[in-house]
Amino acid sequence: MNAMASFDAALPVIFMVLMGVSMLVYVVSDGYDLGVGMLMHRATDAEKDVMVASIGPFWDANETWLVLGVGILLVAFPKAHGLVLGELYLPVTLMLIGLTLRGVAFDFRVKARDSHKRTWDRLFFAGSTLASVAQGWMLGRYISGFGTGWNYPVFAAAIAVALPMAYVLMGAAWLIMKTEGELQERALQWARIAWAPMVGGMVLISMATPWVSPEVRERWFALPEIIALAAIPLMTGVALLAVRGLLNTRMVRGPVCWLPFVLLIMVFVLGFLGLAYSIFPYVVIGQLTIWQAASSAPALKVILVGACISVPAIVGYTVFSYRVFRGKTGELRYA
Amino acid sequence: MDALILARMQFAANITFHILFPTISIALGWLLLFFRWRWLHIRGGGDGASAQGWLDAYRFWTKVFALTFALGVVSGITMSFQFGTNWPGFMERVGNVAGPLLGYEVLTAFFLEAGFLGVMLFGHGKVGERVHLMSTFMVAFGTTLSAFWILALNSWMQTPAGHEIVDGEFHVASWLAVIFNPSFPYRFAHMLLASALTCAFLLIGLSSWQVLRGVGQRSAARVMRVGLTLAAVLIPVQIVVGDMHGLNTLEHQPAKIAAMEGVWDTERGAPLLLFAIPDAAARRNHFEIAIPNGASLILTHKADGEIRGLNDFQGAHPPPLPMFFAFRLMVGMGMLMLAASWLGWWLYRRTKWQPALLPRALLWLFAGMTFSGWVATVAGWYVTEIGRQPYIVYGLVRTADVVSKVPSAMIGLTLALYVALYLALIVAYVAVLKYMAEKPDEVLATEAAEQAATPPGAITSPIVEGGRA
Repeated sequence: MNAMASFDAALPVIFMVLMGVSMLVYVVSDGYDLGVGMLMHRATDAEKDVMVASIGPFWDANETWLVLGVGILLVAFPKAHGLVLGELYLPVTLMLIGLTLRGVAFDFRVKARDSHKRTWDRLFFAGSTLASVAQGWMLGRYISGFGTGWNYPVFAAAIAVALPMAYVLMGAAWLIMKTEGELQERALQWARIAWAPMVGGMVLISMATPWVSPEVRERWFALPEIIALAAIPLMTGVALLAVRGLLNTRMVRGPVCWLPFVLLIMVFVLGFLGLAYSIFPYVVIGQLTIWQAASSAPALKVILVGACISVPAIVGYTVFSYRVFRGKTGELRYA
Repeated sequence: MDALILARMQFAANITFHILFPTISIALGWLLLFFRWRWLHIRGGGDGASAQGWLDAYRFWTKVFALTFALGVVSGITMSFQFGTNWPGFMERVGNVAGPLLGYEVLTAFFLEAGFLGVMLFGHGKVGERVHLMSTFMVAFGTTLSAFWILALNSWMQTPAGHEIVDGEFHVASWLAVIFNPSFPYRFAHMLLASALTCAFLLIGLSSWQVLRGVGQRSAARVMRVGLTLAAVLIPVQIVVGDMHGLNTLEHQPAKIAAMEGVWDTERGAPLLLFAIPDAAARRNHFEIAIPNGASLILTHKADGEIRGLNDFQGAHPPPLPMFFAFRLMVGMGMLMLAASWLGWWLYRRTKWQPALLPRALLWLFAGMTFSGWVATVAGWYVTEIGRQPYIVYGLVRTADVVSKVPSAMIGLTLALYVALYLALIVAYVAVLKYMAEKPDEVLATEAAEQAATPPGAITSPIVEGGRA
């Protein structure tokens, strides 16, 4: 009986972890392909085709993680779903419009007449940018617990700039890994440009978060936790510096072309851990814990059965598809 | 306008846009399986030209499926957000019932994306014929299963059953009773048939267009025959199922029927109104044209059967005006589809299935009816969804009680954005279908180039990739 009760209490934690991991995978994976989308307007027509081909086999599976994450929010934490999405009403709409434009542009650009291709390419760029900026704003609002006051929108606006920069850097790192020759050269250049604003944004956000959120401040600046926690910003810093250093080496064009991308994933994972530490056990910081927001235990169990069947399958096919499409993107036509 | 009506309009805009695409992809999946099977079967028999026609049809319509599926996915993502943005109270109140059903819908769609669609779209020639046929089957089965879950939820909202309410929050007492609630079997059958008919007219329409333009000869004749036969056979079935659905609605949601038929006062031997303008303010109809006893006859199968009127449900019935006309639009479109498909099938058979010999006026009529299924389906959904008002869960939870508190100006602005986007996308979708129909060889050539260029080691591409391809 006791074990049952504790399992029931653990259910929301299980779903929180599932949701968090879905969101993390979404941000990392859609991050690089949104980044590639935002770099499109800087490329020649031939390069655009290669860039699209490089993300072609993945981007749509990447986006389904968002559906899974929001789906879990909706079905496992219905009370939070309403609260969070109500607060983020406008940016959610803009993000959805961006993602829709982008999704259909991807498809239409190869099926439409040649004369319309440029229009769809522009929409692809515009949709990617709109979605990224909206996500940055939403992240900013979410971290600060939807606070009101002059400083909160400024904080959110800063993240709305920084997150797209991080995506662009991811996108460039992806292209360094997946392409060769002239395009790779340009991707290196793009990465160098995006690095500074991305790091600047990250530093600013790290300093501002404790300032706008007393909850976060208390958690981070308490002894002895601060000593253990210091590992997160330190490792992030080292990874970012390593990325910058690599961009100037010859090796990054050849044998370690994958390293900047992997290091950036690490940065995202570290950032996610920091965020998780700041927020848990809240779903909405300072307002709603996961236990308050969760559906009833019987309902969660029903969903858990489905999740246990599908999540391994999803992970399996993701691994499989990255393995199948590993290596440089050649003339693969995505149509 | 107040936030409630704007939130409803916005959600309506989104589900209207969304349903267009699943309506096609549910049945198209099965049709692809059929084309695929015909090709395999006839090729075995040694009729090369005929087999090639089926293969062309399969490959062309796979492209249509991919495009349609992609639009269904992007509009579906929006829906998963709008449950929360527009109706935050809905999941708070009935999340324990709706959550798992929606969850299974998402997971089913996910599972489908996980493997089979990618193999179906890109794996042809890379995996064995049997595996490929199996993948096509799984895609068709998966889309149907998705429809199963979502219609179970929708039907539960219409005719809730199997739940118990504790402290205002819904809990599930019996999942079987929740899923197989009273209206579910009828709605599910009605929707699957609607999907089949929508597809049938899409096949007929695009093939007619190809014949008019003189392209795609190998496949158009076969596809048109499939479409006409399917439509001619299924429309009568749909009429019977629709009638049963209506009787079921009369039993469980009498106010909906009263609004559909424009009946204000409870009466025996209610007339069937061919035309009227129901006036909700005056609580009467203007300009009635009626067939005496018709409504009673249709709905109760007795000339003097009793139909309860809207006045029995004051303050708890839907607005009759949109219901009345949406219902007639659906039925009218169904009748037109019946006439067109029967006439078309008979004439087509007389030409010995040579579409070029059909009267051009008929081909133009078919081309004009390419999306007639959309009109009937959307009109039908308006009847059923507006007909549930003012409740979101019929008789138990009012829509007004769960609406979001977002300012109405904000909802109005985003509504305008969504509508502009959706209209543009519908235009683009139809334009691309037309372009593809006119240039089928180019469309198929792209596919060949793409397959030739797939990197070594790519045995299958297990992503929905193709969903957007």
